[in-house]
Amino acid sequence: MMARASALSAADRRVWFMIGAIAVALLIPISQHFFGLRLSYTVRVVALGGSILGAISGVLGCFAILRRESLVGDALSHAALPGVAVAFLLAGRELSLLLIGAGVASWLGLRMVAAIMGTTRIKQDAALGIVLASWFAAGIALLAYIQSIPDASQAGLDHFIFGQAAAIIERDLRLVSGVGALVLLTVALMWKEFKLVTFDAEFAGVNGLRTGLINTVLSTLIVITIVLGLQLAGVILMVGILIAPGIAARQWTRKLDQMVILAAVFGAFAGGVGAVISAMDSDIPTGPMIIVVAFGLVLLSITLSPERGLLWRRLNERANRRRFAAQHTLRDLYRYALRHGGVDAPAPDDFIRGVGDRRAELGLRQLQADGQATFSETGWRLTAAGVQQARRNAHNDKLWDMYRLHADELGLPAAQEDRLASITALLPAAAVAELERKLREAEQRR
Amino acid sequence: MALSVDDLTVAYNEKPAIWDIDLAVPKGVLMGVVGPNGAGKSTLIRAVLNLIPRAAGAVSFYGKPYERARSLVGYVPQRGSVDWDFPTSVLDVVTMGLYGKLGWFRRPGKRERELALNALEQVDMADFAARQISQLSGGQQQRTFLARALVQDAQIYFMDEPFAAVDAVTENAIVQILQALNGRGKTVLVVHHDLQTVAQYFDWVTLLNVEVIASGPTAQAFTRENLRRTYGGRVAHLQSGAP
Repeated sequence: MMARASALSAADRRVWFMIGAIAVALLIPISQHFFGLRLSYTVRVVALGGSILGAISGVLGCFAILRRESLVGDALSHAALPGVAVAFLLAGRELSLLLIGAGVASWLGLRMVAAIMGTTRIKQDAALGIVLASWFAAGIALLAYIQSIPDASQAGLDHFIFGQAAAIIERDLRLVSGVGALVLLTVALMWKEFKLVTFDAEFAGVNGLRTGLINTVLSTLIVITIVLGLQLAGVILMVGILIAPGIAARQWTRKLDQMVILAAVFGAFAGGVGAVISAMDSDIPTGPMIIVVAFGLVLLSITLSPERGLLWRRLNERANRRRFAAQHTLRDLYRYALRHGGVDAPAPDDFIRGVGDRRAELGLRQLQADGQATFSETGWRLTAAGVQQARRNAHNDKLWDMYRLHADELGLPAAQEDRLASITALLPAAAVAELERKLREAEQRR
Repeated sequence: MALSVDDLTVAYNEKPAIWDIDLAVPKGVLMGVVGPNGAGKSTLIRAVLNLIPRAAGAVSFYGKPYERARSLVGYVPQRGSVDWDFPTSVLDVVTMGLYGKLGWFRRPGKRERELALNALEQVDMADFAARQISQLSGGQQQRTFLARALVQDAQIYFMDEPFAAVDAVTENAIVQILQALNGRGKTVLVVHHDLQTVAQYFDWVTLLNVEVIASGPTAQAFTRENLRRTYGGRVAHLQSGAP
């Protein structure tokens, strides 16, 4: 498999197709009319809110996953709860102020994790556990206190625990889309900085990037994303909507830009669909609903995606086993025939099965299916196609032998030896020509 | 001097990892840094490059402090220090070597792409430009990192164990690249493990075991006596090549 810089590979096309298809599907609940289907105003607001938040979470979640900071996201969202409560006590029920309170608390939580790790020998996972549990406990206690105050406006504050999409109104939507647009714009502007700091922070530092500043901006964006999503997904499950789209997207692609865009549409899909389902029956909290949809996507991706997917890998293993068996059985048949009078000589069934055991069984079936060997009363005989293939394989094998012997002295490029594969596909043409020359020399000497 | 280090000390949890290091590395040498496990070889490089906090000491590159010398410095970190499953291609990783020069917000374009391809050619990896980094062998990963350092076009290169767990072909290729760099007047510092090849690869050597035991031209510093003081007698018998 030679990697050429082609314009658009099959994998690329597949990813862009998925992105397009999901994006179009999302227009259904958001548009006012769709094939005569009239959706209510509330449903549209909720769907739009859920989609926007899901998309932003998906984008920032990719970086959280790649930096192995998924659990940092979890601690951050739990740490936000006391901030919401304190902001309510100080300023009353005003969403933007509640969110600022959440953001400040989250950020303080993050500082506390850093402080614990910097001053003690407690490791990151334990430090996160400490902050997550203690700040969440403080938040629950404060909410209980607030509920005891006789004041009607506290209603709905506990939505921050599990999330409630039905609570989203148009004014919230403007806030969310405004801040969200700023977040995405920052990601676009600082794309290469974020990428390098995520991949190799030390190299970024030596290379002259301001890694401290870039890390701070990235963490701040993650905090903002979490805070925006709190009302929808709730502090407990926010981490799910943050990381699930990225995990699902990672299965389908090997390019960071595709992963981030795909995570955005996955997130938008999960956020939108989850929010709408929950808004239709307000007894279902939104957070769990979104997570169900999001992890449905994760499950599908882990199972079905090409190359990384479990199903694909299983099928691939089976195909490889069959190819291996067929190649070996073909070689056995060919050698037997050559020693017994020529390529037309049949090999007795017992002999072939005796040599190859269960592998022969599999190989013979495969060769028969490929039309490379036929069975008659006298035994197994190679067809013309089978002989041709056997000769090709034998030649390929000899070239690999030459490669093993002479790659070093000839200065040939490194390649993983794989005798199932054709060497011409793994090495540049010039290198193969060198090997052919070596092979001719070796055969003349003999 | 390409690199001067004065009284550099680094401590992890109060125990010094490197102690009172003084080094003067002249321009244009190819220097090996050798010493036993835990001697602080990587720590020395990382402290010099400001990647870990220093307890004390000063470092200058071509007479300038680190902050003003960044464009002079190239770095090849240990291969295991990054996640090779990161979703990106070989060409992309090499292009990262140019991000610092590009500055804020500017994206790599055609010129950067060409520089990166050129560097890949130098390490014999041009055919792998579009390859995903997860599909590379250890030697190919090392060459990719080397290409990324080459595009930095630095004056002084720091390489942390570039020969660790690579095959003989790759080791040879890397040595040739290092010698080519050296031939163009660059200064190269290499953390190295294999004492057998020190005299063959490097014209300058620093023996380190928390403190600097010896530093200078290989012929003078790489002696049996200095090795014994560095390794404590354990490997003296290995040193048939050392005087």
